Amino acid sequence: MSTILDLMAEQPSSDLAHYNFAYLDEQTKRMIRRAILKAIAVPGYQVPFGSREMPMPYGWGTGGVQVTASILGAEDVLKVIDQGADDTTNAVSIRKFFEHVAGVKTTTSTEEATVIQTRHRIPERPLEPGQTIVFQVPIPEPLRFLEPRETETRAMHALEEYGLMHVKLYEDIARHGHIATTYAYPVKVAGRYVMDPSPTPKFDNPKMHRNAALQLYGAGREARIYAIPPYTEVVSLDFEDHPFEVNRFDRPCALCGAENVYLDEVVTDDAGGRMFVCSDTDNCESRRADGHVGEMGVPAAEAAE
Amino acid sequence: MYVAVKGGETAIDNAHRLLAEKRRGDRRLPALTLGQIAEQLALSVARVMAEGALYDTQLAALAVKQARGDLIEAIFLLRAYRTTLPRLYDSVPVDTGAMLIERRISACFKDLPGGQLLGPTFDYTHRLLDPNLVGEEEQTTDLQTGPVGDAVVRVSDLLANDDLIEGEEPVTNGHGVEPEPGDMTREPLSYPLTREQRLQALARGDEGFLLALGYSTQRGYGRNHPFAGEIRIGAVEVEIDLPELGHAVPIGRVQLTECQMVNQFRGSSEMPPQFTRGYGLVFGQSERKAMSMALVDRALRAREFEEDIIAPAQDEEFVVSHCDNVQATGFVEHLKLPHYVDFQSELQLIRTLRKEWADGAGTDDDEDTGFSQEAAE
Repeated sequence: MSTILDLMAEQPSSDLAHYNFAYLDEQTKRMIRRAILKAIAVPGYQVPFGSREMPMPYGWGTGGVQVTASILGAEDVLKVIDQGADDTTNAVSIRKFFEHVAGVKTTTSTEEATVIQTRHRIPERPLEPGQTIVFQVPIPEPLRFLEPRETETRAMHALEEYGLMHVKLYEDIARHGHIATTYAYPVKVAGRYVMDPSPTPKFDNPKMHRNAALQLYGAGREARIYAIPPYTEVVSLDFEDHPFEVNRFDRPCALCGAENVYLDEVVTDDAGGRMFVCSDTDNCESRRADGHVGEMGVPAAEAAE
Repeated sequence: MYVAVKGGETAIDNAHRLLAEKRRGDRRLPALTLGQIAEQLALSVARVMAEGALYDTQLAALAVKQARGDLIEAIFLLRAYRTTLPRLYDSVPVDTGAMLIERRISACFKDLPGGQLLGPTFDYTHRLLDPNLVGEEEQTTDLQTGPVGDAVVRVSDLLANDDLIEGEEPVTNGHGVEPEPGDMTREPLSYPLTREQRLQALARGDEGFLLALGYSTQRGYGRNHPFAGEIRIGAVEVEIDLPELGHAVPIGRVQLTECQMVNQFRGSSEMPPQFTRGYGLVFGQSERKAMSMALVDRALRAREFEEDIIAPAQDEEFVVSHCDNVQATGFVEHLKLPHYVDFQSELQLIRTLRKEWADGAGTDDDEDTGFSQEAAE
């Protein structure tokens, strides 16, 4: 017994230097990169890959983390956001993970980042050529809630049989007068595959269309990777008489005054008080630094004190 | 003035420090040693090894300690370590017929070669809390605790000798070659699965989930008339082929629980009626898991035997997609993560829908709805 215990003392070292650059071993990275290349070659198609168990729970970004780990180089600058914000707990946790295991430079600036890992948002600032955005995807299959069986949905994609999805959208209109899908709103990529944009709000759907950046989607638990290459056509599904519409906010950000951005509703008191602020924290901060002030904000210099 | 919420990083660090302190508990009490956990909570350790898919009692004990006794968390810890380990060799198939038996029972025969050996079982204990366990226990002397000597023939082999049960020939492809079973932790599963793939998934699957599914088959949801042909627990040699030596060499022993269910027969114009099999194999001592696995394995062979698939336990995609507790717990618990961006979209929509509904209701003279324009805002 004591010999095993002696061995143990050295084996599961808490020293992270023990792990390869960006955690995954190079064989695994190669396998994932092949899947990514295939995904880029067939835009919107879900490529199965040998998803690994990661040191964070399934459903908490393991797919995105594996994609990021596989594409990250020593020179990359990484930004991680969750709900548009750099300082939400899981974004902080994933950013720290890569600081530890890859030692890459991290940033909160959308402009400065070469790789952006995100959950639920696409930054407001238009992405640039050469940037890569990595989405964490819980359920990659857009047809899953219409047909739970993988064998069936695979055939539906193969046959380009998306009638069921249109029926669902039609039923929404019949019942509610609107398409009642507000996030994870299905898109058709490059005129072929219907794809789930991960649960981003449909507000962000137009940003996917002909985006200059490479969009990669990783689903760890479901072991699928898919991609939208730069400048690819991405169309949100709709009907001629019920065209796709993004959510609109009837007011600007209370802190920076930005309009036409996605806002979070913040409950400010227990008497029904609400305020609306930018979901994209970097966008809000840089606007305030540039001197924009919303109705409840204060000038940037003052806030710093 | 409102300032956007900050401080996730400090909050996480503090939460982890608090967790470490809570894990240690009252420091007036001595810390648990891994040896104590491995020896005295051996069945917890066995479950963690089985569903963590890594046979290492010390690491499993460490995981149980680190997880504060939360076994699914411990399984997760072990899996996350396992995934980083290099795969150096495949073992040759273990021979459970050569098992060093600690326990072996059959419900099909009153007596049989090798006998019925109860071993260390909870069966037939009266579940009365034992105050004698509060302190140090007296040592029982004159007890043989090791396995019994010789290899014991498997009940399924006895039945197979008379052709009463389906053969257990390796599945071959069209050319008589046995295909590599594959590794579900390296290659993504693609439905429909082979039986080998299903058994891999079930061996790692959650004990509670398989227990419930196995139970459901007994209650009529995919009934398959099982008999516990044999349950055996004991140590088997693990051997690897070393090409330099030209033969297999043992590298260690693992404790396994094996369950062979004998299920109601099938026959056809080509085949006389035969019993069919359900199979369970689990690291460590876990009869509940091995038996449940065997029931579910048999249920999942419905397609092979051209049985109607009418119950959850017979549905391969349903069972295999949901049997992994590390996946399940991660996805269920991810609902704790912020979802306020998506929730905001839903808020906007429901406010719109309610406003439209109220506007519509207002024109109807229907005063009993209890719904006012105000409530929609």
